[in-house]
Amino acid sequence: MTDARYDRAPGDISISAEAKERTLSDVGIYTIGLALAVILTATSFWVANTSLLWAPGIPLGLVVLAIAQMGVHLVFFLHITTGPDNTNNVLALAFGVLIVTIVVAGSLWIMTNLNDNMMLPAELMNLHMQH
Amino acid sequence: MNIAVAVDDVRREALPSASEAGPAPKRIVVAYGFWIFLLSDIVMFSALFAAYAVLVRATAGVPAGAQLFNQVSVAIETACLLVSTYTCGMMSLAVNARRRAATYFFAVVTFVLGAAFLYLEVREFADMIARGATPQRSAFLSAFFTLVGCHGLHVAAGLAWLAVMMAQVAVRGFRASVERRLLCFALFWHALDIVWVWLFTVVYLMGVRP
Repeated sequence: MTDARYDRAPGDISISAEAKERTLSDVGIYTIGLALAVILTATSFWVANTSLLWAPGIPLGLVVLAIAQMGVHLVFFLHITTGPDNTNNVLALAFGVLIVTIVVAGSLWIMTNLNDNMMLPAELMNLHMQH
Repeated sequence: MNIAVAVDDVRREALPSASEAGPAPKRIVVAYGFWIFLLSDIVMFSALFAAYAVLVRATAGVPAGAQLFNQVSVAIETACLLVSTYTCGMMSLAVNARRRAATYFFAVVTFVLGAAFLYLEVREFADMIARGATPQRSAFLSAFFTLVGCHGLHVAAGLAWLAVMMAQVAVRGFRASVERRLLCFALFWHALDIVWVWLFTVVYLMGVRP
């Protein structure tokens, strides 16, 4: 029980008393994670190459699959949980995700706007976009 | 109902919050600090991803991703890295159980798979450069080589780290400092695979679409 008084180290598989009552073994957790990751990866490769799906929606679908696989890795390989001993790990992760989202989405948004608002004549625009 | 509440209260008293329990063990502090480093490393990758996404159409007339990328090679690289993440997890379990032979075995498998990944990536880079798609040809290629090369450098650093850790296990055994470093290594290796998930999605799978 004394273990549960402290936070859990990120990446540490639980060794508290409650964990002993788990139905799954530690190897089982990693194996489920691997199986889910393989399924999601295979789906991503299939989605990117198939002609069965509506083409404009495919990039969004790929992003959703990548987010799902990131979740699988965080839960099954890095053992991030919602438990009280994981609050600090989750908060740090949430802050990281916030910064990543701002950097990526903000850059794309600003650069798209720049391209739209500073539109050059077509032939100059082509030159501009190619470098 | 009342009994359940009472039991709940007792447990809350028995477990004071982390701040009341005094300084955390060094293992938790070290791993948390490394977790912060990993997140800042991922923030750096996000800047490279943003640069790549902005410059992906700036190909300057040189062939773009659709002609350059070989999906079979990327699929094999992905499989290597995913399985090596799994064997790295198995290595962590072997370390926790203090099983030396299993630790060495899974470390070797992890190392071989990581090296295979790196070999395929270097071969892919050499192939692209041989076809004239060098980093200085276009903004797209500069962004591509920076982003994918940075991940490759991380994998190379991870391989060197893993080799050093195995030497430490051999010489010093499972002492607390070595176990902390192995925990940090596992975190690093799993984080690299998360970066690769975004790499193969954004660069390779979205890149081969016209």
